[in-house]
Amino acid sequence: MIRIPLRPLARILTARAKGENPDVIEKENLRQRHAEIQGHSRQRSEGRLLVLGVFFLCAYAVIGIRMGMMATSEPTEPVAIASGSAIAAQRADIVDREGRILATNFETHSLYAHPQQLIDAVASAAALVKIFPGLDHERLIKDFTGKRKFVWIKKKISPEQKQAVHDIGEPGLLFGPREMRLYPNGSLAAHVLGGASFGKEDVDAAEVIGVAGVERQFDSYLRDPANGAKPLQLSLDLTIQAAAERVLYGGMRLMNAKGATSILMDVHTGEVISVVSLPDFDPNQRPRPPVSGDPSDSPLFNRAVQGVYELGSTFKIFAVAQAMDLGLVNPDTIVDIRGPLRWGRFSIRDFHNYGNTMSVERIIVKSSNIGTARLAQQIGAERQRDFLSRLGMLEPTPFEISEASSGRPLLPSNWSELSAMTISYGHGLSTSPMHLAAGYATIANGGSYISPTILKQSGPQHGPRVMSAEAAAAARRMLRLVVTEGTASFGEVPGYQVGGKTGTADKPKPTGGYYDKKVIATFASMFPAHDPKYVLVVTLDEPSIIAYGEERRTAGWTAVPVAAEMITRIAPLLGLRPQVEPVPLTGITLTSN
Amino acid sequence: MKTLAYVLSALAVFGLAFWAYRENYTTQQVLKETRSLQRQIGLAQVRLGVLRAEWAYLNRPDRLRELAELNFDSLGLLPLRPNQFGRVDEVAYPQAPLLPITNGVDVSTMASAGHTP
Repeated sequence: MIRIPLRPLARILTARAKGENPDVIEKENLRQRHAEIQGHSRQRSEGRLLVLGVFFLCAYAVIGIRMGMMATSEPTEPVAIASGSAIAAQRADIVDREGRILATNFETHSLYAHPQQLIDAVASAAALVKIFPGLDHERLIKDFTGKRKFVWIKKKISPEQKQAVHDIGEPGLLFGPREMRLYPNGSLAAHVLGGASFGKEDVDAAEVIGVAGVERQFDSYLRDPANGAKPLQLSLDLTIQAAAERVLYGGMRLMNAKGATSILMDVHTGEVISVVSLPDFDPNQRPRPPVSGDPSDSPLFNRAVQGVYELGSTFKIFAVAQAMDLGLVNPDTIVDIRGPLRWGRFSIRDFHNYGNTMSVERIIVKSSNIGTARLAQQIGAERQRDFLSRLGMLEPTPFEISEASSGRPLLPSNWSELSAMTISYGHGLSTSPMHLAAGYATIANGGSYISPTILKQSGPQHGPRVMSAEAAAAARRMLRLVVTEGTASFGEVPGYQVGGKTGTADKPKPTGGYYDKKVIATFASMFPAHDPKYVLVVTLDEPSIIAYGEERRTAGWTAVPVAAEMITRIAPLLGLRPQVEPVPLTGITLTSN
Repeated sequence: MKTLAYVLSALAVFGLAFWAYRENYTTQQVLKETRSLQRQIGLAQVRLGVLRAEWAYLNRPDRLRELAELNFDSLGLLPLRPNQFGRVDEVAYPQAPLLPITNGVDVSTMASAGHTP
């Protein structure tokens, strides 16, 4: 760069010669130089500002464009890793103890209409009625031609029906995905499974909710996505349930009963292997609950847990077991059974006259009301109530289906001595067959309380002790004698050593009092009696048959043969092989000193 | 030296940028594949559910019983009864194989030998 000197000699000399002040020239040059420097620095800073401005412009433009893109695009979550196990949105399956499906889901479609999009409303209504004969033609036309913007037509349709609706070619008929609950075995175990229906509904999805049985009891478990579609495993066995239902249905028809129930329960784990209540229904098309009449006439009524009746003589074994447990009697103690036993204006009679005295063992074998009432007198009301409460007879059973909580036993308001006497032979206390099965399981497993359960268990229950093991063993021997020489002689199944007790109780009238000719016949049994593994309770509602020229209603003629046939069918399926009954060892007899 | 360092770092930036660019697209590709696989798994599960339901429906006890009754002639199936259990000692031992004959007598030649005078 050429620097102009501040005092150029030539000009100074000229100025001096002219007599001018040379400092003026210097100042002028200085000014010019300053102006030049100023111009330079101004240009530089302007350039910097420009760059900065462009930078900011770009930055704001990027931010603005990004914001605009975010505002206009579909929101997506940033994905850092590929998700592992998918969350199952489906309701969990229900399977039996072997993993066979009892309830599962099925994808299907719902059908709805947007009437404003219909091309030919009248023709499409006619075509729909042709596909779904259940639809109301008039109403459909009214809905399609009216002001409505949205009409549900069908909640669930099959793929064939969907294709048929497609073939109508109407743009106003639309489909929504639906997940429906399917019970592939039809009416099998209907009362346990209950059923499901739709809760909150939308076009895209509908909530499936359980309305009864385990579906309702375990609704939150089945719906919880965190379970990852892990099925709910029940203690039921599909094969045994099917066999039990078939035998019980046959038995119910043969015995002219209007209803029947059976419960098969493992005495160690408390698992209910099969529970049948007839008549039953198809949970795929669960009928509506009755609004009038006797609820027990509806197929929805679960007799096994809701059928609260006096179960008659089957209760005698509890009185006898308690008396033996308390040490009041032993099986050979002689009891005075002269009748009728009068108590105030009430008298207790036996079915037959059995003489004046009887051993405790014979009281059970012959089913003497007076004998057990005498034992109840010795036990006393307070102790009896306590014993039955420990057996779970005074509360609804803890069985895990939603109906079980409604099976609350009916107790006498005042548990007097007379109540104690009648309860000892099964009158005055109404319980469900499930209570009875749990009570017999307690005797069968050696005296510990067993709570019946519908869920598969991994090991035996160790409930609180209700009676001593000796008393339970003595009670089991008596129950075995009832079958070999007592009222349940039809219950003998060769190879399976059935032990049990019959019970025939008059049905109460809804208006008070009892029917003359309507009974509840019950057979509560355990097998094999010397080492019980299963308890089976069979109850028939209003059975009546003609045998040997006489009309018979007692359990020995009705419930017992059905139970025996059921054991014959079921025991092999349970894997029990017939075995020879172990004979009690002969006692050593002292013949001489 | 300084220039070399500048050039090298600039190359490193290029290289890393290229690597990051590729990684980004590979990740997106893998995510896309995963999504498609998961969709396929979902569809397969739905299909599996339908098949399982159908299997359960075809194996329902009512139907099997009817089939057993219809095909009684060829199958002869009856419900299991207690008397169908057997014991191991009821099964006979297999018959011992015959011992090999080592000193065989030729019967036919004996007969012919006897007849010839």
